[in-house]
Amino acid sequence: MTSKNVHMKIGEMKTSTGLVKNLELSIGKIVDDSWTEPMGPTPMPSISTLRDWDMKLLNKYKPFYMPDCDLCCLCTFGKCDLTAGKRGACGLDIAAQSSRIVLIAASIGAATHTAHARHMVDHLIEKYGRNFPLDVGGLNIKVEAPVTRLVTGIRPENLGDLDEVLEYCETQITHCLSAAHTGQEGSNLDFESKAFHAGRIDQVGMEVADIAQVSALDFPKADPEAPLIEMGIGTVDTSKPVIMCIGHNVVPSVGIIDYMKESKLDGKMEVVGLCCTAFDNTRYYDRAKIVGPISWQLRFVRGGFADVVVLDEQCIRTDIFNEAERVRAPVIAASEKNCMGFKNRTNDPADEIVADLVSGKATGVLILDPEKVGEVAVKVAKQIAPIRKKYRVLPTIEEIIALAKTCRQCNLCQRSCPQDLQIPAALKAAAEGNLAPLTDLYESCIGCGRCEEACPVKLQIHSYIVKAGEKFMIEETNFCRSGRGAVQDVEIRNVGSPIVLGEIPGILAVVGCSNYPKGGKDVYDICREFASRRYIVVTSGCSAMSAGSYKNSEGKTLYEEFPGGFEAGGVLNVGSCVANSHIAGAAIKVANIFAKRNLRGNYEEIADYIHNRLGAVGLAWGAYSQKAASIAAGFWSLGVPVLVGPHGSKYRRMLLGRADKPENWEVYDARTGDKVNVGPAPEHLFQTVETPQEAMVQIAKLCIRPNDTWKGRSIKLSHYIDLHKRHYGCMPQDLHLFVRTMADVPMTMKDEVTKILEAKGWKETVIPDPTLLPRMIRKKKE
Amino acid sequence: MSCEPWQCSEIAATKKANPIQKPEVAVAMIKKAARPILIVGSNATERWMEGKQLIDYIIDFAKASKVPVVATAHMVGEFLKRGYEPAAFMSAMDIGNRLVDPSWQGLDGKGHPDLALFVGLPYYMEALILCGLKHFAPDFRTITLDNLYHAHASWSFPNATLEDWANNLKVMTQKFEGGQ
Repeated sequence: MTSKNVHMKIGEMKTSTGLVKNLELSIGKIVDDSWTEPMGPTPMPSISTLRDWDMKLLNKYKPFYMPDCDLCCLCTFGKCDLTAGKRGACGLDIAAQSSRIVLIAASIGAATHTAHARHMVDHLIEKYGRNFPLDVGGLNIKVEAPVTRLVTGIRPENLGDLDEVLEYCETQITHCLSAAHTGQEGSNLDFESKAFHAGRIDQVGMEVADIAQVSALDFPKADPEAPLIEMGIGTVDTSKPVIMCIGHNVVPSVGIIDYMKESKLDGKMEVVGLCCTAFDNTRYYDRAKIVGPISWQLRFVRGGFADVVVLDEQCIRTDIFNEAERVRAPVIAASEKNCMGFKNRTNDPADEIVADLVSGKATGVLILDPEKVGEVAVKVAKQIAPIRKKYRVLPTIEEIIALAKTCRQCNLCQRSCPQDLQIPAALKAAAEGNLAPLTDLYESCIGCGRCEEACPVKLQIHSYIVKAGEKFMIEETNFCRSGRGAVQDVEIRNVGSPIVLGEIPGILAVVGCSNYPKGGKDVYDICREFASRRYIVVTSGCSAMSAGSYKNSEGKTLYEEFPGGFEAGGVLNVGSCVANSHIAGAAIKVANIFAKRNLRGNYEEIADYIHNRLGAVGLAWGAYSQKAASIAAGFWSLGVPVLVGPHGSKYRRMLLGRADKPENWEVYDARTGDKVNVGPAPEHLFQTVETPQEAMVQIAKLCIRPNDTWKGRSIKLSHYIDLHKRHYGCMPQDLHLFVRTMADVPMTMKDEVTKILEAKGWKETVIPDPTLLPRMIRKKKE
Repeated sequence: MSCEPWQCSEIAATKKANPIQKPEVAVAMIKKAARPILIVGSNATERWMEGKQLIDYIIDFAKASKVPVVATAHMVGEFLKRGYEPAAFMSAMDIGNRLVDPSWQGLDGKGHPDLALFVGLPYYMEALILCGLKHFAPDFRTITLDNLYHAHASWSFPNATLEDWANNLKVMTQKFEGGQ
C-alpha cells in the first residue's frame, strides 16, 4: 500500500552533472499501490461528503424525537428550556438538540472503538513490526477489510497500513465531535448526517481493531468451527485460583495467558472473562472461560469467585474496585483509559507489586505494561487464593430474612429499577420467610445495583437476589462458540444469490449489550426461531453469550444445535464488539463478490445496493451504550434497519418510515429510469420494539427488500404471515404493500391473502432493479 | 398519592402533567374530546388487579366509552383472544410518530385525533413517547390511565396503589356506561 515518513540524508554525492552536499529529503508518503481496482468517488469521505446519501435515507426515514429531557445544559448560557418549540440561548431547538445528543453518543462510540483499535495496533506494531502481514482467513479471504476498502479506498496489507487508516478515523471523529460544540451545527438533519458519518468511521475503527488482533494474535480466522467454549459461572473451577478479566481489550489478558503458560500453570488456574474481553480471551486461548455478559459483574465479584480482577477498557463498572475490595480481591487496572485512581506501578518490580497486593498493602494498582500485568496477576492469584478462600459477601438465607424485616416498603428500590422489578413485594415475602419472589427476580435483574443505592436503610438488595438465585447461578454451564471473525469469501459466494434473490429469507444480526427487559432468554428464543426458519443468524458481544445461555429439549445450546457457518440456518458468533464490523463486512462483500460491484471508495453505490437488495436486520435487544449507538449508526448509513429492545427507546430518536405515505416508497428502476413504488421495504431504519413477540414479527417484515424475486418475496411473506398469526393472532393488514404480483403470494396462504388484497384495492406492480441513485440508471428517460 | 415521576431517575419536566385527582375529571376530558384514541401497551397482560388483568379493565372501559383502541406490540392478539377487536394495531413508535404529524388523518382517515389516552406501556417508553408529543405536538392533549405519574403527559393520575387504579378504571367505565 503506502510507505510513510521516508527520510533521506546525503552528506556528499558526486554525479556526472555535479556535486551534491548535505541534501536532506523528507517524503510524507510513498504510494506503492498494486491494487488495480479503480478508485470510487468517495475515498476517505469528510463529514459532508456523503451528506446527500444520508439525506436520501433521512428523507425516507424521518427522525421521530423523544427528547427525554426538556433542557439543554451543555453550556453556561443554560440551562435552557427547549420545551415545545422554544429555542435556547444559542438558537438551538429541541429537534436539533436531540439529534446533537445522537451525534455525541455516536461520536463517543466511534472514538471508543477507534481508540481501542489505536491501542491494539500500536501495541502490535511495537511487538511484531509494521510489516506484519494481515491475515484474517488465509486463502478463504481475499477481501480482508471490506469496510476499510469501502470507506477509505485503502486495501491494508500489514499492520503498518492500519496506522494510516486510523489516522483518518481519528481526524473524522474529531470533526464529528466538534460539530456538537455550541454554535456549530444548527440543523437536526445535518446532526443526523454527521451521526451517520460517525457510524461509518466506527465500522472502520472496529474492523481495524479486529483484523489486527485476528492476524497478530492468531485468533480463529473466519472459522465456522471455532471452538465451543465453556460458559457460565457453573463452569468455573473454584478450587483453582481465578483471574477475572473485564472489558474489551484483550492485550492485558494476552499477557496473563502467556505468563500462565510460560509458568506451566495453565490447567492449574482459571482465566475467566466478562463482556467482550471474555470472547477475545477465548479466541486467544480456548481454555479460557466466559462468565457472562457485563450485567454479571456484581454477582460474580460478590459471589467471591474472583481472586484477582483485571480491568482493561469499556463497559466496566466504575465502582468495581470497591466491590472487589469487599471480597478482598486485588484489582489491576491495565488501561490508560480507566486508571481508577490507582497508583501507577508500571515501572516497579513485579514481585514488589505482588507482595503489596497479596498483603493488602495495596488493594489495586495501575500497570500499563501488559506483560507485567500478566506476571503480577498470575502470581497474585496463586498466592492470594489460599488466603482469600473465595471470600464472599453474599448473605445467608437467615440474614436475608432478618434484614428484609427492616424494609420500609417505601418503593424506592422498585422506582429506581430500570426493569421496574417488584422488589418491595419480594422483600415483604422474604421477611415472612418466602424467598421465591426474590428468586424470580434473578433472571430479570440486570445487576445495575440501583436498588441498593436508593434504599434508605441500605439493604444489599442485589446480593439478596443473587443469593436467592444462587442455585441457578452455579448451574449455569453452557457453551458459546468462540468468535470466528470474518465471513469467508466462499461462504459469500454460496449464499450471495439466495440472499439477494430472497430465497434465504434474511440475515439477522443479534448484537449488543445485555440491558434486556426480562433477561437473556428472549435473545435465545429469537435466535432459535429464526435459525429454525433458515435465516442466517449472526451474533456478537454480550448477545452472543445470552444466545448460548439456554438449552433446547435435548440439552444442546444454540451453538451446538446449529452450524457455525454463514449459511441458511447457521448461527455464527463473529466475536467481540469490534467483530461487529464483520457483519457489515459480510453485507459489503455480497455486493462485491456476488454482484461484482467495486468497493474501493464507493460507499454510496454499495450502501444503495445493500439497502435495496440485502434482507439484513440488526437486533440489539439489550443495547445500552454509546458504542451500541455508533454501531447502529454504521448500519443505518448502509441502509440496514436496526431494531432495539424497549430500553433502546432511551436513545431518544427513532428513524421511522411511514407505510401510509406511498410517496415515500419510490425508487428508480435502474433498467428504465422509471420511478416505481416498492412499498415500505424496509419500513423502518431504527425502531424500538416493546416485546420479543413484536421483535420477531418486525424482523421478518424488515427483511423484505424491493429486489426480492417473486419466489424470495413469497418465502419472506410466508414467514411474516406465519409469525404475525402466531404472535398477533391475526393476518397482517399491510400485505397489499408487499405483494407486487400474485406470484409473490405464498401458495398455502393464497385465499387469506387474496381477501386482504381485494379489501385493500390492491393493484399489480412491477419488480424493479431498484436504486435510490439517479446515476445508477442505465437508460436515461428522454 | 404522589405526583413525582414513578421512576426516580426520570427527570422532572419543566412543563409537568396536571394531576388527575378524581377519575371523573378524566371522564369529563374524554367526553369533551371529539376524536380520542386509547393506546394500550404490553403491560396490559402483565398487571393484575383484584384477580383481573389490566387488559380486561381496558376492554370494559373501551366498550363503554367507545374510544377506539390502538394495540401496541403483540397486544392485538390478546384483545382478539378476549373477543374484542381493537381499531388498529401498530408499534408504539409508529403511533407516536403519526400523532406528531398534523397531517395524519387518524385511524379512520377522517381527521387527526385530538386526545390520546395511554396505558400499559413500559414506564420509560411511555414517558419518552409522551415527551415527544409534548415537544412536537404541543397543542395535542395526552392523558395516562396508568397508576404511575407521567410528568410528560398533559394530564396524569398520581402514583397510586393497584386498588386505587382498579377503582379509577371501574369508575371511569361506569361513568360511560348507560349512554353517558
